[in-house]
Amino acid sequence: MNRELKRVSFLVIAFFITLFVSASVIQVGQDANLSADDRNTRTLYDSYRSQRGAILVAGQPIAFSVPVDDNYRFQRTYPAPLIYSNVTGYFTLSQGLTGIEGAMNRELSGTSGSQFLNRINSILTGKDPQGASVNLTLDPLLQQAAWDALGDYAGSVVVTEPSTGRILAMVSKPSFDPNVLASHNTDSVISAYNALLADPSDPLIDRSIAGNLNPPGSVFKLVVAAAALESGQYTADSQLDNPSSLQLPGSDSVVSNWNRGRCPGAGATVTIKQALRESCNIPFAELGLALGRQALLAQAKKFGFNSSFEIPMITAASTFPTVMDDPQTMLASFGQFDVRATPLQIAMVSAAIANGGKVMSPTLIQSVLDPTLTSLFDFTATQYSQAISAETAASLTEMMVDGVNNGLAGNARISGVQVAGKTGTAENGVGEPYTFWFTGFAPAEDPRYAITVLVENGGGLGQEGLSGPIAGSIAKQVLEAELGK
Amino acid sequence: MSTQLTASIPRLKRIRPSQRMRNVELALLLAASAINLAALMLVQLGALGSIDLGPLSLCGLLAVLVLAIHIAMRFVAPQADALILPIATLLNGLGIAEIYRIDIALGNTGWDSLAFKQIAWSALALGGAFAVIMLIRQHRVLQRYTYVAGLIGVVLLLLPMVPGLGIELNGARVWIQIGTLTFQPGEIAKVALAIFFAGYLVQARDTLSMVGRTFLGMRFPRGRDLGPILVIWALSMGVIVFERDLGTGLLFFGLFLVMLYVATGRLSWVMLGLGLVAIGAVLANQFLPYVHDRFLNWTNAFSPAIYDENGGSYQLVQGLFGLAHGGLIGTGLGQGMPYITPVSQSDYIIASLGEELGLIGVFAILCLYLLLVGRGLRIGFAGHDDFSKLLAVGLAFVIALQVFIVVGGVTRVIPLTGLTTPFLAAGGSSLVANWMIAALLLRLSDSIRNEPRLVVGQ
Repeated sequence: MNRELKRVSFLVIAFFITLFVSASVIQVGQDANLSADDRNTRTLYDSYRSQRGAILVAGQPIAFSVPVDDNYRFQRTYPAPLIYSNVTGYFTLSQGLTGIEGAMNRELSGTSGSQFLNRINSILTGKDPQGASVNLTLDPLLQQAAWDALGDYAGSVVVTEPSTGRILAMVSKPSFDPNVLASHNTDSVISAYNALLADPSDPLIDRSIAGNLNPPGSVFKLVVAAAALESGQYTADSQLDNPSSLQLPGSDSVVSNWNRGRCPGAGATVTIKQALRESCNIPFAELGLALGRQALLAQAKKFGFNSSFEIPMITAASTFPTVMDDPQTMLASFGQFDVRATPLQIAMVSAAIANGGKVMSPTLIQSVLDPTLTSLFDFTATQYSQAISAETAASLTEMMVDGVNNGLAGNARISGVQVAGKTGTAENGVGEPYTFWFTGFAPAEDPRYAITVLVENGGGLGQEGLSGPIAGSIAKQVLEAELGK
Repeated sequence: MSTQLTASIPRLKRIRPSQRMRNVELALLLAASAINLAALMLVQLGALGSIDLGPLSLCGLLAVLVLAIHIAMRFVAPQADALILPIATLLNGLGIAEIYRIDIALGNTGWDSLAFKQIAWSALALGGAFAVIMLIRQHRVLQRYTYVAGLIGVVLLLLPMVPGLGIELNGARVWIQIGTLTFQPGEIAKVALAIFFAGYLVQARDTLSMVGRTFLGMRFPRGRDLGPILVIWALSMGVIVFERDLGTGLLFFGLFLVMLYVATGRLSWVMLGLGLVAIGAVLANQFLPYVHDRFLNWTNAFSPAIYDENGGSYQLVQGLFGLAHGGLIGTGLGQGMPYITPVSQSDYIIASLGEELGLIGVFAILCLYLLLVGRGLRIGFAGHDDFSKLLAVGLAFVIALQVFIVVGGVTRVIPLTGLTTPFLAAGGSSLVANWMIAALLLRLSDSIRNEPRLVVGQ
């Protein structure tokens, strides 16, 4: 009978080995997959259990968690909800998380790899685990000024530091109140969320880095001018034909300058510098065609087009078409056809020009601090590319200064500070309202701020408005918050 | 070895039995009780943030009861196995701590508190174990009651089908209700049936291991000897069909099969039995919607349709989420969210413990079971007669199989069936039955060690 007993013992051991293996597979092998399943409410509740870290701007919280007496134990609170909503994003029970709340969730909730020791520590001491705080690069003065200056327009203002890529202001309008979505009442969150989704003005979209991207219009001429100077075949003073209208090859369509005539202040030919200052389309259409779509594409990519950035939210990639015929290339040369850009991308173009041609990777994260104020991450500037040479950058700067001092970008002039800038008015189709742009930097001789302003929907003026008075003045007001002090 | 020396041993024992085993047991019991109290305190600190002396003192009382059994055994079963009592105590206490933890989360207090009931039932079960050890001084007495045990087992098994007595909970009809008290007689039935199988197989082993026809290199029993296995199979299928309890049906048939194999040494019985299980599985999957659902839940657990379906895989998947949430080291007692999973205090207690104690805790608990079962099998090896051997292996194996069916179901090795996890899960009948098993194993081990091995020398 002992022989049989032995076999039964082996069977029992086999049972338990099976259970050891199955438990291991679930608890250690598959645990990440199981945690990521969106039906796993434990993952969601977990993010509420620990006191979520704050999101800070200049040491002041723009999002923080306060203890409350319910199952979720902490209530997320946004003290300046509208101004920062596109940056903080929202933190909801049932509708996910966006913005910094989403992109830095692991750090804020204390579950990132670098916080492992803290978690062990809180297990051993029995203390509630705490998330890390995320310190942003934003300058509250500029953010407030950008919010105020944009007024009731739908659009965005982005300010970056050219030498580092740090984002100093990032405003998107219309905005929303993330406090409403942070409620612990799921029904009210869902109805508020659905109302925001249904709102035709799309308040949930961060226009500075995403959404239905706008054609950049004339601000894209900076990229074309950069490609021209980089090609070695052109200088700022190179002459281009200056007709009053230009028939697109193989098409009925005609390209005109904004004044429906020749580029102002020039005769049969016009220099690149003049054409940029007066923002004339025809010379740039000729120039783009001469450079060729491959050269334009290569230059656009060096500035960051056709790429996404993690700031740490994932930005929508601005696009420059990879396949175009000649007429399309000519339209793309003044930022029309299928060229699309985020304000952040255009700010990167200006910043690169301000920074001797170096494109810095944009970011919002200054530092990440664990609850003991030990730094888990500190910002260091990283270069994305050398888009243009320092000489080209200097030459473009000179042209942009000229544009502000003597050209269409005059609305951005600040007394006592030299501003470099470029306006843009992009068409969105027959009868559709224009998109207004301004991009530039200041002070021109020692650039500290690169700014881009986007005003969608024609600023409410349909096809009547002008980019200078609208977008240029906004830029001026924002820059004055720091430079006019 | 001289006859004189061996013959003197029983006499010496009568004068002053060696208490070495009991001393080891005492040390382990103190450790187990300390762990149990610590677990309870951790639960309170984790889930309440403060120490509540009420539950602690109740569990202290349980520890006193266990110590009473221990002291009694110093007199009536001094040579009994030293590990069984501490292991059962530890599992019982961990179960109470986790049940209490979920009570806190669900807001169960007073008589709604399952932990409170579990403590009361534990006291009762310990009383039962005490009675078994005190009353049954020699386990072979049980062999005389083979058919009484069989009758009791079958009656208990069928009791829930009596109208007005049996009640249906979560789709299964395995409970009986007397007043406000509910009881799962099938749990006690497994003890009675283990005794019955052991007694019956001792008598019938010669007939059942008779050479039959050889087929595929294996000697199969004669057709006329198939009666018993078919009866047990029919009984198990009856439980599955009429009480809608897949787990209990599987448990009994598995128990019988293994005991039959040990008794006869014929692998052909196992083959026949597995064949019957296969037939049963196919039939049940075909004609019993609840069994079919169990299979579907098992194979397609993560499919959204099955997850959302009433009686679908929600519970299974939530259990997996809980286990994954625990990970390697667990959330810590009182810090997880085991209460999200349905029936987290009974059928899913292992997932609850796995969430809060992690894979390490699950391994520790499984090791405790393995050790417990191992002690039981060891008693089987040491037994001098067939009845002792069969009874020991039956009692040990029924725990092993039950753990495998429950934990295997929770961890998706096999389809989920509703069974209690021995000693851990909330449920009085299960506690009483398993403490009876522990007491019987203790009695067996003492009797076997105490038997003079003089037979060889004659």
